[in-house]
Amino acid sequence: MRRLVSGNEACAEAALRAGIRFFGGYPITPSTEIAELMAEELPRVGGVFIQMEDEIASIMSIVGASAAGVPSMTATSGPGFSLMQEGIGYAAMTEVAVVVVDVMRGGPATGLPTKGSQADFQQARWGTHGDHPVVVFAPRGVEETFALTLRAVEVSERLRVPVILLTDEFIGHMREIVSFPSKVEVYHRQRPRVASSEYVHYADENNYNAPYASFGGGYAIHLTGLTHRSDGFPINDAPTIRWNNERLHAKIEDNLAYLEDNYVDDDPDADTLMVAFGSSARSAYEAKLLTDKPLAYIRLLTLWPFPDATIRRLARGRKRVIVPEMNEGQLCREVQRCLSGDTELVSVTRNDGSMLTPREVLEVLE
Amino acid sequence: MTAVKTSGKKFSPMVHSYLRMDERFPHVWCPGCGIGVLFAALIHALHELNIPKDKILLASGIGCTSRMPGYLDTDTFHVLHGRALAAATGVKLARPDMEVIVVGGDGDMLAIGGNHFIHAARRNIGITCIVLNNYNYAMTGGQQSPTTPRDMFATTAPYGAIDDPADACSLAAASGAAFVARTTTYNFVQLKRFVKTALSRKGFRLIEVAAQCPTIFGRLNRMPATRDLITWIKGHTVTLEAAKKMDAAQLRDKIVTGVFVDREVEEYSDRYTRLIKKVRNAH
Repeated sequence: MRRLVSGNEACAEAALRAGIRFFGGYPITPSTEIAELMAEELPRVGGVFIQMEDEIASIMSIVGASAAGVPSMTATSGPGFSLMQEGIGYAAMTEVAVVVVDVMRGGPATGLPTKGSQADFQQARWGTHGDHPVVVFAPRGVEETFALTLRAVEVSERLRVPVILLTDEFIGHMREIVSFPSKVEVYHRQRPRVASSEYVHYADENNYNAPYASFGGGYAIHLTGLTHRSDGFPINDAPTIRWNNERLHAKIEDNLAYLEDNYVDDDPDADTLMVAFGSSARSAYEAKLLTDKPLAYIRLLTLWPFPDATIRRLARGRKRVIVPEMNEGQLCREVQRCLSGDTELVSVTRNDGSMLTPREVLEVLE
Repeated sequence: MTAVKTSGKKFSPMVHSYLRMDERFPHVWCPGCGIGVLFAALIHALHELNIPKDKILLASGIGCTSRMPGYLDTDTFHVLHGRALAAATGVKLARPDMEVIVVGGDGDMLAIGGNHFIHAARRNIGITCIVLNNYNYAMTGGQQSPTTPRDMFATTAPYGAIDDPADACSLAAASGAAFVARTTTYNFVQLKRFVKTALSRKGFRLIEVAAQCPTIFGRLNRMPATRDLITWIKGHTVTLEAAKKMDAAQLRDKIVTGVFVDREVEEYSDRYTRLIKKVRNAH
């Protein structure tokens, strides 16, 4: 069915169809419509919406609900996303599946509540303390917000990791036609079938699609944010600390192929590559259509884990790599890591709350 | 159970059956600490009320008291500092059939977790919340907490505290909690009774337990022996009935014990279940 909806509406609808049945949130522009829609729709499907007292409570409430077996989500924007970081780290450490939507706005601090930005690109990756990988998706528009919200829920449930969806004010409040699928395949997390005495909550093979217990499931599980052993109990010895860290990294690194998602429009004759993501990629792609010059193009749908190998392959032998974005060059930093030799790197940034325009990108291309 | 050395007489097998006996002992708490008294009262209360173990969730934040979940052989949830009530709210709404209990210290619940404390009480979410008040941040070595009494010492109040202490019971009562009580580790019988009563009620239930911390708070305040602090707690305790005849000046440094609030409320997850029914019937 085709309908005209906003990005925030598409996000809420996808979350409901993906099986999200608990939403803990706190009002913040420009994400609030997601909470409002969830408040209206969740009880209709037997789910729970709760407005918590702040964003810290919001993230912890969804961690609690998910740990008790219910697929859970929250949505916020810059300042709230900052407040949630410790909780996101807790979800990563305890391996609790949650989806966090950050409808990006300008910052720092209160910044630009009603204007968009892409300045949380690095915060999404490095916002928590400690060194652990994250999964971050970024749609280019409304229809992709629907698709990537579905995917965010699925990935978080399969890998039992927090997954972050980075949209922004432009996408959240933009209206586009979406072709809603009549049926959505939903992944349901697997329950352990072994006896309680046999069950290991953080078993080595416990990565993709592995069964895991929830509170109330009869397994007497212990969740702690402390570094822990495979049975969940805290410990301080170096080999176990290493095991715990490596396990968190392996969950992502062992599943790079499953997680990576790009739109690639390669041109072997082009001496220039453009790397873009999210709403500013609309302008980047528009500029590509407007220019007569050959241009290789990649748009990242999965921002993190960063597709190092793919960027390296596409950039090889090019004279120039252009990175348009709406911050001070956060994606450009990552691309730079993947370049070698004499490739010239051109950062095209706009960070004033307005959309980067195709013309601004075109000026660099021409 | 082989790793545990006990006299075999002091601990009943009943208590053992609620503990994760393999490898988890010896525990982290200091000799003379009041947390064990609360832990024993909680286990006895759970046992006497015959609450099924696989329906119990014990959640906590960070601190000495918050290490309790590691030892209870039920589902347990050691959350971030101050955030146990927020996380437990999610659990209760996801699984209204579970008996959700949150334990924490005065710093965890009333300072960093103060906002969640107010709102959990306001909503009357179905949680039994036990605040063990040992008057200081003991886990980190004796810093001033929101309940450190005036003029008493902490490592961050080396000249004596000038802040007025927080009152967990008044805060919970003003926020709308269904059950509010205070007792001390000196009075185990009353403590166990209050925990049992709280577990039998609905909505948000608070029990504040004044407890001794001889190793840190006691040492900093010239009461290094457990009996010194127990005596100090006992000496400052007045019952609610007696307190009614005393004025504010007399009550300034007193620990008033008793049941402050005990009322029937509709628990938050029940309210939500009702809302779901209403919304679904309307469509």
